[in-house]
Amino acid sequence: MKVRILVRLKPGVLDPQGRAVHHSLDGLGFEGVEDVRIGRMIELDVADGTSDESLNSMCEKLLANMVIEDYTIEKLETAGAA
Amino acid sequence: MAFRAAVVTFPGSNCDRDMACALELVSGTAPIRVWHGDADLPDNLDFIALPGGFSYGDYLRSGAMAANSPIMRSIVVAAERGVPVLGVCNGFQVLTESGLLPGALMRNASQNFICRTVPLKVENTQSLFTGGYDAGAVIDIPVAHHDGNYFADEATLDRLEGDGRVAFRYQAPVNGSRRDIAGILNASGNVLGMMPHPERAVEDAHGGTDGRRLFESVIGELVGA
Repeated sequence: MKVRILVRLKPGVLDPQGRAVHHSLDGLGFEGVEDVRIGRMIELDVADGTSDESLNSMCEKLLANMVIEDYTIEKLETAGAA
Repeated sequence: MAFRAAVVTFPGSNCDRDMACALELVSGTAPIRVWHGDADLPDNLDFIALPGGFSYGDYLRSGAMAANSPIMRSIVVAAERGVPVLGVCNGFQVLTESGLLPGALMRNASQNFICRTVPLKVENTQSLFTGGYDAGAVIDIPVAHHDGNYFADEATLDRLEGDGRVAFRYQAPVNGSRRDIAGILNASGNVLGMMPHPERAVEDAHGGTDGRRLFESVIGELVGA
């Protein structure tokens, strides 16, 4: 089973990278960009049936820093289902 | 009694030798060098230092991989038992990632790597690490980091301030740190994490010796008493 984990800075935590990219988009002339936030995507290939509890634990112990980041878990189709 | 210190080396540490030299210079005894993959610490340690560098190439987040290395499990146990632990720069990042200190160290607000000597106010001159500084002292210590922007929520910051756990504060904004925090103590006062490098300010040839008193404080407290 493929699992896609998105790790993002919590709302309210200043994102210096996002701000710099926002500035560059402005500089390129793109109008109407309200905000830019940069996160990280992690794809895992795990055994089918890996529990949500286990996935959450992976995120909270290592993949995200819960002081500054939130995460979401998205389960993708298994290879055999295609 | 000889001062029995350990300096930990992770893959990517690059200030471990500087830290070992500073400890030997001040204490007269060379520290034991410990490798990240060791499961156990040497017995009867007086002091553990986590040095600066880029452990595990800063993969995932600065300090995140090192915080989960075999030696860190033993260091967490030792710290909870009261063994003094100093983390400098990447060592501070490892201490926050391991949960021994609150908060997190984010990318500098300027996005730039910052490498210069900065003035620091010693906010707490009663701690194990800072007892040798005069009240209100301002010291010059080098910083060299990309991820030194200290973040914690307001409640945590208030608690740190209220409990005298802010050890060092930048005298002017350096990297975007909340409340210009440069170094903090744990609740018991035996763990100090700081972004500036005291081990780079212990000899005249360094251009300043303001960091020396930190090592003198902790070594004096532990050995001289």
